[in-house]
Amino acid sequence: MRETLVSFLMEYPDDWQLPLAGWVDAITDWLIAEGGMVWDALSYVILFVVVRTERFLLWLPWSAMLVIFFVVAAFVVGPKLAAALSGGFLFIASLGMWDPSMATLAMVLVATAMAVMIGIPVGILMSKYEVLNRLIRPVLDLMQTLPSFVYLIPVVMIFSIGRIPALLATLIYAAPPVIRLTNLGIRQTASDVVEAGRSMGSTSMQLLLKIQLPLALPSIMAGINQTVMMALGMVVIASMIGAGGLGVEVFRGIGRLEVGRGFVGGICIVVLAVIIDRLTQQAIEGQGESHNG
Amino acid sequence: MVSLSREAQDKEMGTEDYAISLRNLYKVFGPDPDQAMQLLSEGEGKDEILESTGNTVGVHDASFDVEPQEIFIVMGLSGSGKSTLLRCVIRLIEPTHGSIFLDGEDVTEMDDGQLRQLRREKTGMVFQQFALFPHRKVIDNVAYGLEIQGVSRKERHRNSAEILDTVGLSGWEDYYPENLSGGMQQRVGLARALVHDPSIMLLDEPFSALDPLIRRDMQQELLDLQKRLNKTMLFITHDLDEALRLGDRIAIMNDGEIVQIGTAKEIITEPADDYVANFVQDIDRAKILTAVDVATAEVPVLRQDHSVSGAWQEISETDAFYVVLTDEHRRLIGMVYSHDIRAQLENGSVSLDPLPIHEMERVSLERPVEDLFPLLSTNSSHPLAVVDRDGRLEGVVDASSLVSGLTKDGEVPRGASQ
Repeated sequence: MRETLVSFLMEYPDDWQLPLAGWVDAITDWLIAEGGMVWDALSYVILFVVVRTERFLLWLPWSAMLVIFFVVAAFVVGPKLAAALSGGFLFIASLGMWDPSMATLAMVLVATAMAVMIGIPVGILMSKYEVLNRLIRPVLDLMQTLPSFVYLIPVVMIFSIGRIPALLATLIYAAPPVIRLTNLGIRQTASDVVEAGRSMGSTSMQLLLKIQLPLALPSIMAGINQTVMMALGMVVIASMIGAGGLGVEVFRGIGRLEVGRGFVGGICIVVLAVIIDRLTQQAIEGQGESHNG
Repeated sequence: MVSLSREAQDKEMGTEDYAISLRNLYKVFGPDPDQAMQLLSEGEGKDEILESTGNTVGVHDASFDVEPQEIFIVMGLSGSGKSTLLRCVIRLIEPTHGSIFLDGEDVTEMDDGQLRQLRREKTGMVFQQFALFPHRKVIDNVAYGLEIQGVSRKERHRNSAEILDTVGLSGWEDYYPENLSGGMQQRVGLARALVHDPSIMLLDEPFSALDPLIRRDMQQELLDLQKRLNKTMLFITHDLDEALRLGDRIAIMNDGEIVQIGTAKEIITEPADDYVANFVQDIDRAKILTAVDVATAEVPVLRQDHSVSGAWQEISETDAFYVVLTDEHRRLIGMVYSHDIRAQLENGSVSLDPLPIHEMERVSLERPVEDLFPLLSTNSSHPLAVVDRDGRLEGVVDASSLVSGLTKDGEVPRGASQ
């Protein structure tokens, strides 16, 4: 009797173990078996968008891409910085990494667009309904802290290897900032300004579109900036499950012990990150300055 | 049930004639307002209720009526519930109990759509910290109220430019609020509240955030505006001077309750309780009281056709050194010195006519007392005659009546009445 008690206290009994792994397996199996149609439709749409974007970026000759980028960037950040950032693209081209860079860029753009399209409405709802705020916040924490490999596996099981699971994994990882900062931005709109809007008979939609969202814009833009950067980071990891692009170069470098190749891939990712960050960062500051008329 | 419906009937009565009517308005903040209401009806104090239930009574049984085109001030210190009260009027804060009538319509019964319509058409609100939209230009701040009603850009900009001109801000349309000074920002706030031509203005300490000089200008400008626009104004302030200066009537709030409603004069001369009395004790009464308040009727007044002996009889009983002469309609003629009458009597003359009649300075009933000081001091021996519009004598003001009128009742300094 005493011995069983001691062994019970020393070793956690097998019977008491939670079969969490088994449950997740079961859920995943069920999702694969029963959700086929949904996943197929979803993959079709995502694939269509990603592939089209990537094809478009690759279809553009590097020179045309540079010119377009310069013009757009000059409009957002001014000609000086635009020239420097265009120089970054030129550098990538000079390293022979144009095509993988465009593939990565396409993934980042699509992932960001999806994150924004999902994230801003979710953030708005969270700011309006305290219940949703309480429910979704832990989910966002989970999305950001769960090691990404953990959800790469079930995503691959459902969609198999390719761009779609890579994109979804990226989305899971990158969406939280834009959701959080949209929520925060709206909550931080000065209460007296919102009250003024109400006192004049605004509907809640008018309040949202004409007062709260415009005032939350700097915060939302900061969220988008973080989302883009995180998407870029994740796209590299997602190369393992078929995201393509620069990550592939890095993994090949590791796999084949080609230090140089890995380094070149890595450098291009850094350059791409700098370009995207400067561009979106500047867009935020530009927002702030526009009040000064 | 019978008593309830009677109460409801009482509430409805007479509210159509007023721009704003509050009936037994309560606002309780906290976890269980109903419980607090129950305790209040059992006569529990607010402090006990807060302690036992965690509910704060913000507004406690407020009732009043505001006449159309009246400036009605609600005055109280911070935490007295005055801003809560104002917000309850258009249900920016939901009242816990009671009714609000705007032009006879019960606001508490309105659904969301009706309430929006009310806020779009009937009321305009001005805020203490201006609460302008920082991301919109001045013109678009003002135009907001029209924009959300679907008025075309051209039309709403035209109306907004007009109203900006009214508040003295033409030329600033395309600036952003942050480029404007505090006083100018609040002008934008005023214009924004006026653009849809509401009949009722709700002003929540609109000038408190401004420095004193600008505040005074803005108060004057509000009065000037009011002469042209004739709005009903419910004006919240913690500044007694402002209240006395602007208000047709003033309600004083303390700890969620309205303790007194009256004109500036009534509040100063007849404070309802110690709280109000304390509040108004430092007020410069000379600015509020008018000639009629400090005039005394206790002077010998004679008709011009009196006989000298009759006149002497009347004044010999008093120690007055003068007599005021009027005609048969009590219209002022002037004053005569007592010693002249006496001399006349000794001469054996019968009529008052040949006596030297001295001019008296005439002041209207509404003349502020502070204006009387210089008049009295330049004319030290002559009292001032207070006359109505037809020139009829209402009383006279001399140094002693001025002093006793300005000091609080029952505190007339010794010797003031000679």
